[in-house]
Amino acid sequence: MSATIERDTPREAIIEVRNLVKRYGDNVVHNDLCLDVYRGEVLSIVGGSGSGKTVLLRQIVGLERPTSGSIRVFGENPADLTAAQLQALRNRWGLQFQRGALFSALSVIDNIALPLREMRALPDNLICQASLLKLQLVGLSAKDADKMPADLSGGMIKRVALARALALEPELVFLDEPTAGLDPMASDDYVALIRELRRELGLTVVMITHDLDTLVALSDRVAVLADHKVLAAAPIQEVIKVDHPFIREYFLGDRAQRALQALPAPTGPGSAPPYPGEA
Amino acid sequence: MERQPTPVIEISRQDEAFRVLLQGEWTALALAGCHEARGLRAQLHELTEAPRHAQWSLDGITRLDHIGAQLIWQAWNGRMPENVSLNDGQRRVFDRIARMRSEGWKKRMVERFNPVTVIGANLLSFFAQLAVGITMLGQLTFDLLRFLRAPQRGPWREISANIYNVGYKALGITALVGFLIGIVLSYLSANQLRIFGASTFIVNILGMAIIRELGPVLAAILIAGRSGSAITAQIGVMRVTEELDAMSVMGISHGFRLIMPRVIALAIAMPLLVAWTDLLALAGGMVAARLQLDISYVFFLRELPDAVPVANLWLGLGKGVVFGMLIALTACHFGLRIKPDTQSLGQGTTASVVTSITVVIIADAFFAILFKDVGL
Repeated sequence: MSATIERDTPREAIIEVRNLVKRYGDNVVHNDLCLDVYRGEVLSIVGGSGSGKTVLLRQIVGLERPTSGSIRVFGENPADLTAAQLQALRNRWGLQFQRGALFSALSVIDNIALPLREMRALPDNLICQASLLKLQLVGLSAKDADKMPADLSGGMIKRVALARALALEPELVFLDEPTAGLDPMASDDYVALIRELRRELGLTVVMITHDLDTLVALSDRVAVLADHKVLAAAPIQEVIKVDHPFIREYFLGDRAQRALQALPAPTGPGSAPPYPGEA
Repeated sequence: MERQPTPVIEISRQDEAFRVLLQGEWTALALAGCHEARGLRAQLHELTEAPRHAQWSLDGITRLDHIGAQLIWQAWNGRMPENVSLNDGQRRVFDRIARMRSEGWKKRMVERFNPVTVIGANLLSFFAQLAVGITMLGQLTFDLLRFLRAPQRGPWREISANIYNVGYKALGITALVGFLIGIVLSYLSANQLRIFGASTFIVNILGMAIIRELGPVLAAILIAGRSGSAITAQIGVMRVTEELDAMSVMGISHGFRLIMPRVIALAIAMPLLVAWTDLLALAGGMVAARLQLDISYVFFLRELPDAVPVANLWLGLGKGVVFGMLIALTACHFGLRIKPDTQSLGQGTTASVVTSITVVIIADAFFAILFKDVGL
């Protein structure tokens, strides 16, 4: 997949994180962290537990403020914007939370319809149709529409959460551990789904994941978070060449080696990598 | 933020030819952001009447998302027109919409209010809850027996933590409310008593009312609102986060570890809070009596034991024990009934507080009847 990105043209960075510092009391999470995300790519963020992956994501979407440093999304610094501008910016991204964060009092379809209803501009029958379409886009059917979040399985929660994140068809989606807790088959389905959506909707995806198979199958670039910064942000073939204890441990173990065998051979564009499960 | 190019419809009629040109950005955001959205939808609605041979051109569309496409799809009456020019990406979007199945789902309507079914449902729910409540009381008895048989293995830490939370932390609010009620009661009675020249009876009125009735009920209502709701919410959130299930799996009994410690804690803390509320309410009454009726503190305190037989104090404290247990049981009962969603949490907490206050007042009425010959 990395081959499909044209290296000649300068790529447009839609997220620019510069010299980010985040501290909780004495606990330093990020120190002088820099990261770029380019339009149209899938960037995976990996790192050990507690290395601040989720905190980084929360800072990018403005749920938490950095201690210092700057974050620009679509060229705007969320801190400088007025409320209306910030809302316009928020409509351009979607976030799938780690545990779904579905509204437990609303049914599946109402959860998906919520961002659309909040715009208060679209007629309700269109909203219902659009929500049903999103539901089917993520592989669920209309008969799941009236279920309550408490009645859903883990995989379905992830799918509904993704459908909600995609409700406004944003340019940028953030996925926090999208395949954690899914069985290998469901997680392969999910990978295929993201790949398809990305092709259809031209998404830019920033994904936190622990799952090496997903990582290998989807990422154009991998950003490795360790020692409070981004150690490397590059295609996975280049990342594994970096000499660092964490990278060695993470990518060069037995498990990782098995997953890495699924890497696409560097052929021409359009050749989809095989499913990791089949490798 | 760059301005979104708004969606535009151009219609041209020449003799027989009917052409529709769609231009601009047909996305949810653009549709929501443009001021003419309503007019645009009306225009599209009219186009559902367009002749079959109409020529549609989507080449001018810069961005098309599923929501914009669905809007156009509605104008097409749910099928591709014969003459349409669009690119591959757009065709894929429309194909996906065409494949969408909405069978098996229809918009759910809110159920109409029907007084008969509502009364019936409430009645059934009342008896069901009563049955559950009685079961819980039975379970509590077994748990208490188990505790008495092996006290060293009891949940001492939970009991102590609960006493601190429901008792010690409630001292401030019960003191404030008790003191103010004492002042109010004293002020109101003082005027009446002065008319009859029976000022010294203020001691009897305040002592009897506060120690026998007001102290226990006031403390119970405050604790029901303060700690009852907290207990319900706490247990309810444990349901939401599956902690209750985790306890069951580990073989930790809900009754022994959640309900019993709270019942015991409230049974211990409530009489102490009642005594504390009595004390502060009497102090408030004493201050007001001094200001209104010129009754000295010394006189007040000396008269009090004669005016109020000591049985009333024991009765008040006994009420405290019973009220405390009732509040804890009601709160736990509603906490365990909460389903894992936010709405149920809110309803459960409300129901818990309302019910425990009602139960306390009913119990108080029973006390009044049972002990009508004691201490009067």
